This record gives sequence, structure tokens and C-alpha cells, in this order.
Amino acid sequence: MGLVLLVVIWLITLVSTYFFVAKTWWLPAGASAAAAGIDHHFTVSFYLMGFVFVAAQLALGYLVWKYREGGSSQKASYSHGNTTLEVVWTVLTTILFVGLNLASSSIWAAERFRAAEANAVHVEVTGMQFAWYFRYPGPDSIFGLTKPELEDASAGGEAALGLDTHDSASKDDVVSGVMVVPVNREIEVILRAQDVIHSFFVPSMRFKQDAVPGLAIHMHFTPIQTGDYEIACAELCGLGHYKMHGILKVVSQEEFDKWLAAREAEKQ
Amino acid sequence: MATHESAAHASHAHAAPQGFIRKWIFSLDHKVIGLQYYFLALTAVFVGMFLSLLMRIHLIWPTATLPFFGEIKPETYLSLLTMHGTIMVFFVLTTAPQGGFGNYFLPIQIGAPDMAFPVLNMLSFWTTFLGFIVLLAAFVVTGGAPLHGWTGYAPLSALQSAGPGEGLGADLWITSIAIFCIGALMGALNFITTTLDMRAKGMTMMRMPLTVWAWFVTAILGLLAFGVLLSAGILLLMDRNLGTSFFVPLVTVNGQLTGHKGGSPLLWQHLFWFFGHPEVYIAILPAMGMCSQLLSVFSRKPIFGYKAMVYAIMAIGFLGFMVWGHHMFMSGMSPYTAFAFSIMTMGIGVPSAIKTFNWLGTLMRGRIRFTSPMLFAIGFVSLFVTGGISGPFLAQPVLDIYLHETYFVIAHFHLIMGVASIFGIFAATYYWFPKMFGRMMNEPLAKLHFWLTFVGAYAIFMPMHYYGMSAGLRRYSQSTEVAFILRLLPIQRFITIAAFITIASQFIFVINLFWSMFKGAKASDNPWEATTLEWITATPPPHDNFGGRTPVVNNGPYEYSVPGTPRDFVMQTDPEIKPKH
Repeated sequence: MGLVLLVVIWLITLVSTYFFVAKTWWLPAGASAAAAGIDHHFTVSFYLMGFVFVAAQLALGYLVWKYREGGSSQKASYSHGNTTLEVVWTVLTTILFVGLNLASSSIWAAERFRAAEANAVHVEVTGMQFAWYFRYPGPDSIFGLTKPELEDASAGGEAALGLDTHDSASKDDVVSGVMVVPVNREIEVILRAQDVIHSFFVPSMRFKQDAVPGLAIHMHFTPIQTGDYEIACAELCGLGHYKMHGILKVVSQEEFDKWLAAREAEKQ
Repeated sequence: MATHESAAHASHAHAAPQGFIRKWIFSLDHKVIGLQYYFLALTAVFVGMFLSLLMRIHLIWPTATLPFFGEIKPETYLSLLTMHGTIMVFFVLTTAPQGGFGNYFLPIQIGAPDMAFPVLNMLSFWTTFLGFIVLLAAFVVTGGAPLHGWTGYAPLSALQSAGPGEGLGADLWITSIAIFCIGALMGALNFITTTLDMRAKGMTMMRMPLTVWAWFVTAILGLLAFGVLLSAGILLLMDRNLGTSFFVPLVTVNGQLTGHKGGSPLLWQHLFWFFGHPEVYIAILPAMGMCSQLLSVFSRKPIFGYKAMVYAIMAIGFLGFMVWGHHMFMSGMSPYTAFAFSIMTMGIGVPSAIKTFNWLGTLMRGRIRFTSPMLFAIGFVSLFVTGGISGPFLAQPVLDIYLHETYFVIAHFHLIMGVASIFGIFAATYYWFPKMFGRMMNEPLAKLHFWLTFVGAYAIFMPMHYYGMSAGLRRYSQSTEVAFILRLLPIQRFITIAAFITIASQFIFVINLFWSMFKGAKASDNPWEATTLEWITATPPPHDNFGGRTPVVNNGPYEYSVPGTPRDFVMQTDPEIKPKH
């Protein structure tokens, strides 16, 4: 029985580890400035914790086989433990866990402890059951007023956000169902939700942030690769949660300017 | 306070009842109440498992028509996952290890004739039972069961108009949880008082089995955590029905203003996770205690580092209250607080690692008997390591931002809080069945059950890591709408097949359980040659546990293979040995 346990535990460990190491299923390629640092830390954590996983499982399999009744050891040793060992592994695991934590803290601080750069592109992202809308402030750089009582989801676009057209700042606001942003510019998103909590998740950007009703959450990321990226809702928001997705289009600055100008022209 | 003259307790608080109803239904006997909790959890686990099977089928075969539910609509799927989570967390993982085994064996293991408050004990079970009925009722009311998930994030859970199931179904859901909390609070008070005041002569705190330590600390966690959830639940009910705005700001649903104003959705999350994280330890600590116990018994060796184990249980319990924010890194909470919650969470890995090392240390140089309870205890260690290892990924905000709400989280908490705890429950069932029913369970069937469940659990939950790392999101009723999720469908197919086989093999356990109750081989009083107090009394134990005798404890709980003793175990009530370390 000890041998069977050893074989099964070792096999499970090896097969599980194989799929991690072979990266059969893995994170999608990163496309934001922060992705490289995050992925690097993921790899570091993965190697350290992977080592602990394999070592612990191999040891478990080995020990149950080695010390089985009827095996080589005829009598169990009478020992209540070893204080030195307790201290050693307490210190080692503390160093491992706290060290890992400190190593990642700088990445977190660099991203989250500062406001977006002054020249960042501002996009307001609004989640509602079950769609995303993206608003650009236009040439005046000011988002116009929105009023909950003006919201009309069925009309879509500006009306869905409840944009107050009498407000002069809202005249040049552009509302889109697709999020278009320029590459290599920092994007400041201002996350809002109308009804329940939604979460704005772009795996390729390694970016996820809840949109909470009653709050306007400012967060930023910098795409460094052009292309289309999927946005998915990552907080249970109701029966249509699974289809609440959108597209993030990262284009050149030139294309972005052209797109925005065309949308402005449509409005006039 | 430990060593009152225990003769005072020997005159049992209540006489043995005669009628069926007082003996088996409204019983004051902690052993009967323990069994009631156990069978409630057994019923609940099959309901919960059935719901998960329906979800698994729907995920890979969205158009299938399923028993009881017909064609699964997106909202039905969300109801299934809400009810699955709620049933499993509250009525299985909290109910069986603590209410079930804790009730039955805590008093016996400390040499007490019953719990400190038998009437409160009975009330706590029937309150829990009522909570379960109220929860199940959510399935049959108009609109069906709620779709907001077991975490019930407001405003989704607070607004009747937010979706189907958010009407009466959601009211029943939160009422059920509130009722459960009341039952759990009564139970916690009883456990704490009993452990502190009812120990037999000589049963010092540091002679208590690790099971008792685990139940004791779990009860403290329950006392502090369930009160908070109860309050949060009442506030949510008020938001839903009385027009208050604790958790709901000004929102519009389907273009309609709801009339709420100024509430905070994050407040619900703070209150919920202030309960929710300790709850993880409420589920796993008793399993840790049971497995520590079994590894020592069946390695025929003292537990490695008893004191370190006790301190680790306390440290886990203490730190468990300071880490709730790690569920909220992307909630909109201040990014500075993430620092504190993250380091505390990594810190909780230290006592967990200490326990793992000590379990391995116990096996080392032992003489291992591969009984079915031992197999499950070894399986527990393996699963605990695997489930634990993904923790440090989720504890670090930079990684959690990506992994949050993916199947990586599902894999993590199912392995460590779900499957590992369930392995603890299985181990305890196989171990204590002879004491509870006077018969042995069928060993070959038990071993078959172990192998299928052990391999099956890995086959189900290991691939979920891959799914989650590839950004596969949880709580998606269909994977067809998002391209990066659709391409992961083969993983879901594999998991569903594994789930089918694993769930089917649980019937081996149930058949064994009921067959052995009536047909199993007669058990002796101490079939495992173990040392703790439940094994000195008759099988099954008499109404007052020790048949008028009062045990006097002279030894620690894990004296195995003591040199110079005739047998390889020394009972806690045997004359005192002078252990050399």
C-alpha cells in the first residue's frame, strides 16, 4: 500500500507539474508596460512555490513508503519533535513568504501609488447590465454632466449614460461601444457602474478593476502593442454576466486622432 | 479551572431519556446531536454535489435538458452556483467537522459527561436545521433561488429588480444565513465553555488532543465571525425590504431609479469577508486537528511538535481575522491597505507550513498502518499542500489582479477548504465510526473509495489552475461569448468527466456507511489502539459517556511506542509515564 501511495502521489505531482512547465495553458502574451514585470514576478513565484510543491509531495510519497509497517523500520521512534527544526523551518518559510511579498510590492507601488501622468488619455468606462460604454471628454478635456434620471439603456450611446446635453462640457463628449486608445500612451480609465458591481478585465493588459456604483475609480495602464484585445466582465453582475464583453482597440496615435476626429464630426 | 472535582460532573446534567422523540429527535445528548449534525451535513453535501454536477453538465453541454431544472438558462446556472456554494460552505464544511464530530467527541475527549449547555446544544442544531429548510425553500418560490453567488455582493443582492431570483428567493437565502449564524453562535458558546470548564481531572490544556484544540479555536473564530455576518445579513434584509441604504448608493436598474442613496457596496464586502475569511479556517481547522490525530495514531508515534501545532492553530486563528482584504484587491479599496492585507496573508502561510512540516515529521521514522482513515489523512496532507501552494499567488496583489475571479481561485479554495476539509471528514468518519456505531466499516470498500476520490479530486481541481491562468473566468454560464474563454472548453470537458466519476464513487461511501451500521463486523472498544479518552469507554459510549466512572488523565494524548512499555501505546488514563524527549 505504501508503494502504491508513493507511485500515485508522485505521478499526480509529475503530471500536474508537466502542464505548468510545458505552458500548455498559460497567460496570454502581455501587451502593457506593466505586463513584463508582473509576468516576471509570476514566474519567480511559480518556480519557488513549484519547488515547495514538488518537494513536499515527493517527501510525502517517500515517507509513507519508507516508514510503512512491515518495511525496513521495525519500531517507531519515540520522539516528540525537535525545537531546532521548528525554529529553522519557521524562519525559512517566513523569509520565503515575506521576501516574495516584498519583491512584488515595488511593482504594486509603482502602478497604484501614483496618479496617471499629466498627458494620459482619459477614458470613462461605464458598466451596466450587460454592456460597457466608453466616453472621451473631447477637445475641452472635460467630461460633461450625466444624470441618472436621464439614463435610457435601450437608446444606447449617450442616452445610456444619461448625458445631459444642456451642459456645455458635454457637447464634445464622444461615447463609444468600442474602446479605442493610442499605443504607448498612458490611459487613465475612470470606472463607473450604474446598477451593480462590474469588473473591467483585459487579460492581455494584466489589468482588472471593479467598477462600483457610487464610486469613480481612477486607474491607469499603458498599452505597448497595437491590436484588438478582449474585455470581459469579471464580477458577477446578473444573468447576462457571461456575455458582457467588449473590445479594446489599441491603434497608433495617428489612427486614434483620426478616429476621435471622425466621431466628433459625426456629432456636429 | 481545569481540574474541578470531576465527580460533580459525573452526576449528569440530565438523565437518559426513554421515549423515541426525546432520545433521537429533541435530544439533549451531545452524541445524538453530533449525529444529527452529521446526517444533516451528509444530506446537504449530496444536494450540493448534485447541483455542481448539473453545472458541470451545463458548462460543456449548454442545451441539455436536466432533471428538476429542465433547460438551464443563464440565471438558472447562477442560482445553481449560489446554492451550491451556500450549502457547501455553511451546511457541510461548517456543520460536519464542528457541529458533527466536535459535538460528539469534544466532551468525550476531555472526559466530560456532556456539553456545558445541553439545551442550547439542542437549540443550536434545530436552528441550523431550520436554516437549511429555509435555504432549500428558495428553489421553489417564484423567481427561484438567487443568482448573486454565495458572497452575495451588494447591490446585486440588495435589489429585487437586479435579476430573477433576487425577489423572495434572495430574501430566503439571506434569512437562512442569518438563522444559521444564530445556530452557530449558540454552538460556539457551548464549545468554548465546555472546553474551558468541563475537562476531567488531569486534562490540562496542554494534554488536550489536537482535535480539541482545533474545535476550541474554531469555536472562538465562529463566535467572533458569525456575529458580524448576522449583523450584515440583517442590514441586507433591511436594504431589500425596508428601504434603507446601507449597501446601495444611488443606482438605476433598467433605467429606473431604485430610491436608494448614499450606501456603500464595499461595506458589504468588508463585513462579509470579515466573516468569510475566518470561515475558511472554521472549515479547515477541525480537519487539521483530525488529521494530526490520525497521523500520530497510525504512525504509532507521538505527534511531531505538539506545542508548535497548538501555537500554529492559534496563530492561524488570530491572523485569520486580519487578512479579509485580500479578497478585495480590485474592489476599489485603497491600494495602500493592500500592502497590509498582503503581508498578513503571506504571514498566515508560516503556521500552515509549520503544520505541514510537523505532519511529515510525524510520518518520519514511524511505523505506518495503512488503514482507511490513515489513507484519507495522508490524502489530506497532499491536498492541503497543493491547495496551499496557490495561496501565495493570490495573496500578492500584483498577481491577484490577474488571477482574481478566474478558475485559479476556484481551484485554490476548493482544494484547501473544500476537498481537504472533506478528506478530514472522511478520515474522521472511518476513524470514529466504530465508536459511534459499534461496528467496523468495510475496509476494502473504504480503500476503493479513497483511491477514486483522491485521484478524482486532483483530476477535477488541478486543471482549473490551467483554466484560470489562461484567464478563464468563473461564474460564466457559457463559455461561448468570449474568445479567450471559448478556446479553453476542452479543459471543461475533462473536468466534467472527472466530476462524474468522482461523484459516482461517493455512493461507495454511502453504501458502506449504511451497510456497516447494521452489518459491519462488531468493533472492540479500542480497535485502532489509540490513546485518547473516547477509546477507554464502551462502544458506543453510554449516555453519560463513561458509565458513571470519571476519567482521571495522567498522560499526554500522543504517547505511542514509548520505550519500556508493554504495548506500543499508553492511554491518557494509564499511570503517568515520564516521557523523555
